[in-house]
Amino acid sequence: MSGLFAALFSVFAWIGSIIDPLCGPIGVFRWFGSGTLLACGDAGWGDEIAYGFLVTASLAIATLPVGLVAGFFIALAKQSNERQLRLAANIYTTIFRGLPELLTLFIVYYGLQILVQQFLATIGYEGPVEINAFVAGMIALGLVFSAYCSEVLLSAFKAIPHGQYEAGDALGFHRGKTMRLIILPQLVRIALPGLGNLWMALLKDTALVSVVGLPDILRQTGVAARVTKHAFEFFGIACILFLILAMISSVVFSALERWTKRAEMSR
Amino acid sequence: MSIAETMIPPQAPPPAPPRPYTLSRFIGSVTLGVWLALTVGIFLTVVNGWDPEKFSRYGPSFMSGLGVTLMLVISSIVMGAILSLPVAMGRMSKNKIWSWLSYAYVYFFRGTPLITQLFLVYYGLGSFRPQLEAMGLWWFFRDAWNCALFTFTLNTAAYQAEILRGAIQSVPRGQHEGAAALGLSQRVAFFKIILPQAMIVALRPYGNEIILMIKGSAIVAIVTVFDLMGETRRAFSRTFDYQMYVWAAILYLMMVELLRNIWALLEARLTRHLKR
Repeated sequence: MSGLFAALFSVFAWIGSIIDPLCGPIGVFRWFGSGTLLACGDAGWGDEIAYGFLVTASLAIATLPVGLVAGFFIALAKQSNERQLRLAANIYTTIFRGLPELLTLFIVYYGLQILVQQFLATIGYEGPVEINAFVAGMIALGLVFSAYCSEVLLSAFKAIPHGQYEAGDALGFHRGKTMRLIILPQLVRIALPGLGNLWMALLKDTALVSVVGLPDILRQTGVAARVTKHAFEFFGIACILFLILAMISSVVFSALERWTKRAEMSR
Repeated sequence: MSIAETMIPPQAPPPAPPRPYTLSRFIGSVTLGVWLALTVGIFLTVVNGWDPEKFSRYGPSFMSGLGVTLMLVISSIVMGAILSLPVAMGRMSKNKIWSWLSYAYVYFFRGTPLITQLFLVYYGLGSFRPQLEAMGLWWFFRDAWNCALFTFTLNTAAYQAEILRGAIQSVPRGQHEGAAALGLSQRVAFFKIILPQAMIVALRPYGNEIILMIKGSAIVAIVTVFDLMGETRRAFSRTFDYQMYVWAAILYLMMVELLRNIWALLEARLTRHLKR
C-alpha cells in the first residue's frame, strides 16, 4: 500500500515538475533566466524562489478551507438564539480582528511551543521542541481569516430572507438539509465578493510567516538578496510574484462569480 | 342584555414554557468558560509573575513603543491622505495615461504585501546608495523609521485613493446636475456638494483603513524600528517572558477598540440627518 502511495506521489511530483511555471521545462526562469541570477539549479536562485512560490501558494490554499469552515460555524454561532454562544463568538472576532497579524503569529508560534513543551514535560520528555512554521502559520492565519470570514458570512446570512427557511420547513426538510440545499447556494453567491477580498488579504498575510522561518517567497528572496547583494532586484521579483498570485486569484474569482450567477436571469 | 356583574379577576400569566437545554447553549457555555479560563489564567500568570523590576524596566519602553506606533500611523495616514488626492483624481480622469498610471500604482500597492514593499524600500533602495548619495537623499533612506514612513505613506495613499474614488463616484449624477442647474461653478459644486456627501460614504472605510494601518504597523519591528511590537520583541528576547506578548496584545486591542468606538460615535453623529 505504501508503495502505491509512493508511486502516486512520485507521479504527482513528476507532473508538478513538468508544469512548474517557474523552473519546469517550460518555466519562465528556465527560458529567460539562464545565465543570470535567476537561473535554475545551482547556478542561480531560480529554483529556490520557485520553491518559495510553491510554499506561499500551498500555505494560503491549506489555510483557506480551515478558515472557511471555522468562519462558517462562528457565523452560525453569532446568529444563534443563545446569548452565551453569541457573546463567545463576538469575543473571538473582536480579539482576532483587533490583533495585528504579526502579533497573532508570534503568540501562536511561541505559545504553541510553550504549550507543547509543557505537555511533553508532563509525559516525561525533556528536550528542545521545534514547532513547524507552516503549522503555526496555518493556525495563526486561520484564526484571523475565520474571524473576518464570520463577519462576511454573517452579513450574507442577514441578506437571505426568512421566507427561505420557512420554505425549507414547508417542504419538510430537516434543518441541515435546508441549510445545504437552500441557504448555502444563495450564501455563496452573496458572500463571494467579500470572500474574494479576504482571500487576497490572506495571500498577502502569508508573507508574514517568513518572519518565523517559513521558506516562502519573501524568505527565499531575502536570503538571495543577502547573499548576492542585489536586494532591489530580488525584492522586486518577490513583489512581482505576489502580483502574479493576485492576478491569478482575481481571474479565478471572477470566473467563480460568473459560475455562481449562471442561474440568474441575464439582462 | 346582560351586564357582567363581576369582572374576571386579573390572573398571573401562564408560566413560561421551560426552555429546552439545547446543544448550542451547551457549546456557548463551554466556549464562554474557555474564554473565562483564559482570562483568569492570563490574570494569574500576570499576578504570579509580577516583577516590579521588570515592570519599571520595560514599562517605559512599552510606552515609548506605543508612541512610535501612533506617530507612524498618524503621520502616514495624514500624508497618505494628501498623496491620495492626485491618485484618486488620476483614477477618475479621462486622460488615458494618467488613469493608467494611477491604476498601476494602486494595483501594485494593493496587490503586494506591505512587508514586501517595506523590504523593497529599506533593503532594496540601500543597494542604490551611491546614486542616492549623489542625489542627496541618502540621509533619508538610511534611517529605518523614514523608510517605514515612506512605504506606509505610499501604501495607504493607494488604499485611500480607492476609498475616495469609490465615495466620490457613489454620489448620484443628479447632484452634479443639480449643482449645474443652480449655476454653481465646478469647483464650488465639488467642495460644497459632492465632497461632503462623499465623505459620509467614505467615513467607515477610512476608519477601517486606520485600523489596518495600526495593525500593519507592527511589521516595522522587523526592520529594526522600535515600535510597540519592536519593544515587545526586544523585551521577550531578553526575558523569555511570554507575558510581554500578552501586554502588547492588550495594548493593540485597546487601541483598535477605542478607535472603533470613536468611529461609531462619529458616524452616528455625522449621519444623524439621515436617520428616519
